[in-house]
Amino acid sequence: MMKGIKKWRLFALMTTLLVFLAGCGREEISTLIPAGKVAQDQFNLLILSSVVMLFVIIVVSIIFVLAIVKFRRSKMGEDMIPEQVEGSARLEFLWTAVPIVLLLILAVPTVYSTFDLADVSTMDVQTEDGNSSHLTVNVTGKLYWWEFEYPEQGIVTAQELVVPTDERVYFNLISADIKHSFWIPSIGGKLDVNPENVNTFYLEFDQESSELEDGVFYGKCAELCGPSHALMDFKVKSVDREEFDQWVTAMQEEPTPAEDAVAQEGQELFEQSCIACHATSGVGGTGGVGPNLATFGDRNRIAGYLEHDEENLKNWIADPQEYKPGNLMPDPESLNDGEPFTEQQLDSLAAYLMGLTVEE
Amino acid sequence: MSSIAQKKGFGATIWDFMTTVDHKKIAILYLISGGFFFLVGGLEAMLIRVQLATAGNDFLSAGTYNEIITMHGTTMIFLAAMPILLAFMNAIMPLQIGARDVAFPFLNSLGFWLFFFGGIFLNLSWFMGGAPDAGWTNYASLALASEGHGIDFYSLGLTISGFGTLIAGINFLVTIINMRAPGMTYMRMPLFTWTTFVASALILLAFPPLTVGLFFMVFDRMFGASFFAVEMGGNTIIWEHLFWIFGHPEVYILILPAFGIFSEIFAIFSRKRLFGYTALVFATILIGFYGFMVWAHHMFTVGLGPTANAVFALATMIIAVPTGIKIFNWLLTIWGGNISFTTPMIYAVAFIPSFVAGGVTGVMQAIAPLDYQLHDSYFIVAHFHYVIVGGVVLAILAGTHLYWPKMFGTMLSEKLGKWTFWFFFIGFHLTFFIQHFLGLMGMPRRVYTFGADQGWDLFNAISSAGAVLMAIGVIILLVNVVMTSIKNERVGNDPWGDGRTLEWAIASPPPFYNFAQTPLVRGLDTFWIEKMDGNKKGMIYAEPLGDIHMPNGSIIPFVISLGMFIASFGALYFLDGDKPWALAVLIIGLVITFGSMLVRSLKDDLGFHITKAELLEDAKGGNTDGH
Repeated sequence: MMKGIKKWRLFALMTTLLVFLAGCGREEISTLIPAGKVAQDQFNLLILSSVVMLFVIIVVSIIFVLAIVKFRRSKMGEDMIPEQVEGSARLEFLWTAVPIVLLLILAVPTVYSTFDLADVSTMDVQTEDGNSSHLTVNVTGKLYWWEFEYPEQGIVTAQELVVPTDERVYFNLISADIKHSFWIPSIGGKLDVNPENVNTFYLEFDQESSELEDGVFYGKCAELCGPSHALMDFKVKSVDREEFDQWVTAMQEEPTPAEDAVAQEGQELFEQSCIACHATSGVGGTGGVGPNLATFGDRNRIAGYLEHDEENLKNWIADPQEYKPGNLMPDPESLNDGEPFTEQQLDSLAAYLMGLTVEE
Repeated sequence: MSSIAQKKGFGATIWDFMTTVDHKKIAILYLISGGFFFLVGGLEAMLIRVQLATAGNDFLSAGTYNEIITMHGTTMIFLAAMPILLAFMNAIMPLQIGARDVAFPFLNSLGFWLFFFGGIFLNLSWFMGGAPDAGWTNYASLALASEGHGIDFYSLGLTISGFGTLIAGINFLVTIINMRAPGMTYMRMPLFTWTTFVASALILLAFPPLTVGLFFMVFDRMFGASFFAVEMGGNTIIWEHLFWIFGHPEVYILILPAFGIFSEIFAIFSRKRLFGYTALVFATILIGFYGFMVWAHHMFTVGLGPTANAVFALATMIIAVPTGIKIFNWLLTIWGGNISFTTPMIYAVAFIPSFVAGGVTGVMQAIAPLDYQLHDSYFIVAHFHYVIVGGVVLAILAGTHLYWPKMFGTMLSEKLGKWTFWFFFIGFHLTFFIQHFLGLMGMPRRVYTFGADQGWDLFNAISSAGAVLMAIGVIILLVNVVMTSIKNERVGNDPWGDGRTLEWAIASPPPFYNFAQTPLVRGLDTFWIEKMDGNKKGMIYAEPLGDIHMPNGSIIPFVISLGMFIASFGALYFLDGDKPWALAVLIIGLVITFGSMLVRSLKDDLGFHITKAELLEDAKGGNTDGH
């Protein structure tokens, strides 16, 4: 047993070391590096509860270690019969009362924060000129992508949420099919995206995503929704208010037609095969069959998770099921007169799509 | 039936187990089939950890992965953990209260065979078009959209095995209320009997909501009902409520018997009566009671609103109080004791830090706003494996070593037992401790793969390495079982030397009629009292030796269950529309089930008597096998 305790110590030491070596994860996605008010509140609760719980663990550990070291049979003697103690009312009171006090310490901030984070009463408050004082985004979860509608601005985008920093952003969440869950770990906790009701909450983005190594925060679907649940990622660009307003204006303009020959060829093909599901103008509302592609060239990923390059884009168009099993994008054959897209067609589509941009 | 030992052929042994109504043999059936499903679930766990060992792994496809996680969870909860605990309840509880058998031996057998056929039916889905793939929680929108018959296998399989569990729960309740030996008042019952009692009450109250939910699911999928179909005005949150009204008490159905086993172990191997027995009993009852009031803490992110979330957050925190009471009373039981570190005891000792770790993360998740971050991340995966593996599975392994001699009459090797322990225990912490941090670092649960650029690679690799150690531990246990069975060194009544309760006052294994004379119980830890008083006969008995009335064995429970098993295939395939034989199969199955019920109702079966002369013969010959 002594050997066992040594092993256990060594193991505990190694684990602790490893945790420190690997740090707190990546700033784009870790709840341990909060980048918004909501995540910060939740992180504070994590620290508070961890400290209280550490106290419990230390008390239990001390009694535990003393007991198993002091009262071993090898020390007490083979034949020793211990006194048959019945119990102690005083001790029972002690270890009922102390945990209750500890729980009260946790209960107060819990209740406060529960109501605080659910407070969406300022959502519909209007400024003097009749506009909403806060941005609202309508989020629709679909197999396996995300649609972001900005109803006040009359624009819609997909897969990449663009938000202003340092202000409250309200979200209305609903699913168009299976239940999903909307989660941006470094910005705030998740809220389920139910098929039968709209869930509303707010988040705040206190850091511009351009400061991050990858330039975007990572968003996730957190509720099992089918084979490609793991790939139902989205990205978040947080920009300052000025830049956000510029982006909105750019979104509201009609897209410019493709200029070079290859991209024009791609546009023609796109308008025959893809436009039925994918809009290329940012103006509009929710309800797209496929993701809106107005900002496609600006995005950080293909299909939500693949590196953003033409190679991946062509692979994805040529065989969507290979990259996101169970997704609802039709086979290329069904769009292209029963033939797979040729390499040339894929090149032109990629050139066209990469040219869809609203940023300078 | 004669009491003279005779060698039996293999076929006769099988027939004996198929027809037995003896609680000790049914316990062995539960242990073997639960153990088998434990290995199946463990294999599924290994596949999961292989898939997640490296980023972007393509060892399993996305669809297969979802089937495997679903079956891993469902198998481990319904077909492994519960049946193995039911095995210990069956084997030990009637002995602990000095009963002849459970109250309804026939129903006991029926309960087992229903569970068994339900489990087999569920697992046959692997070979018949695909397993269920909506997670063990089977959330309705995903379940209704699932193609193939996987979800139907889930609904029908769990309905059948759920009947079995419900029957077992009722049976134990009636047994404990009515069949305690003279002097065995409620407050003298061993703690394992108490936890069996409370867990059975939880089974009685918690399984009906699950059955209702499963019926809704079956009706939606098979008969076009719309309980959960949103486009028809249904509501999928109803499923979540029904599932968790069952699902949360289910966790306590598992952990309370585990607490019971550990309570016995702490007392035996500290050679000391349980500290604060009364407090432990009331803590057990309180945990069972609160267990029904906290289900919505599984649903903090559903959008129930801040009032519901705050109320359920506070209710959940309260459960930490009785659980804490238990932990401290166990610590004070070993404090001042004379601790012998046998294999069961090192499991029990290791349980305390493991379970405390799982408990404190439970309180953290009770903080609703914090849970918005932790819910459905790897943090929750770490948490529930800490309570279920660190609590229930450690109890199962401890109980296996503790009660093996009582069930089979021979001791598992202590040396191999300790090897199993170290591999399993280190592997367990290596696998799951690190998953807390994966969750905090943003990794959602139930993902079949993860990208290399998110900072999760190292921790996932460590977690998978730990799983290998756990697997090695389980393999050593299997070797131990085989070697022990081959050696077959017989042991006496009280092989651990420090037994305190009635089950250690009877032969190992006990004769099929249990105590020839019902013992008289003079206090808590009644066998210990007799030992300390120097009673050479073992116990004082409450009645003179006389004839014993015993029930006959019966194949009918097996046939009833088989009929439901067959009928389920008919129901499953009937709705395909293109399989005309399905209706016939459904009818045949139901005819078998109801026909055998009719036979049971109409045919008198009065059992048989063991005469006093035979009992005396038995006692002289030291023959306790009963056959």
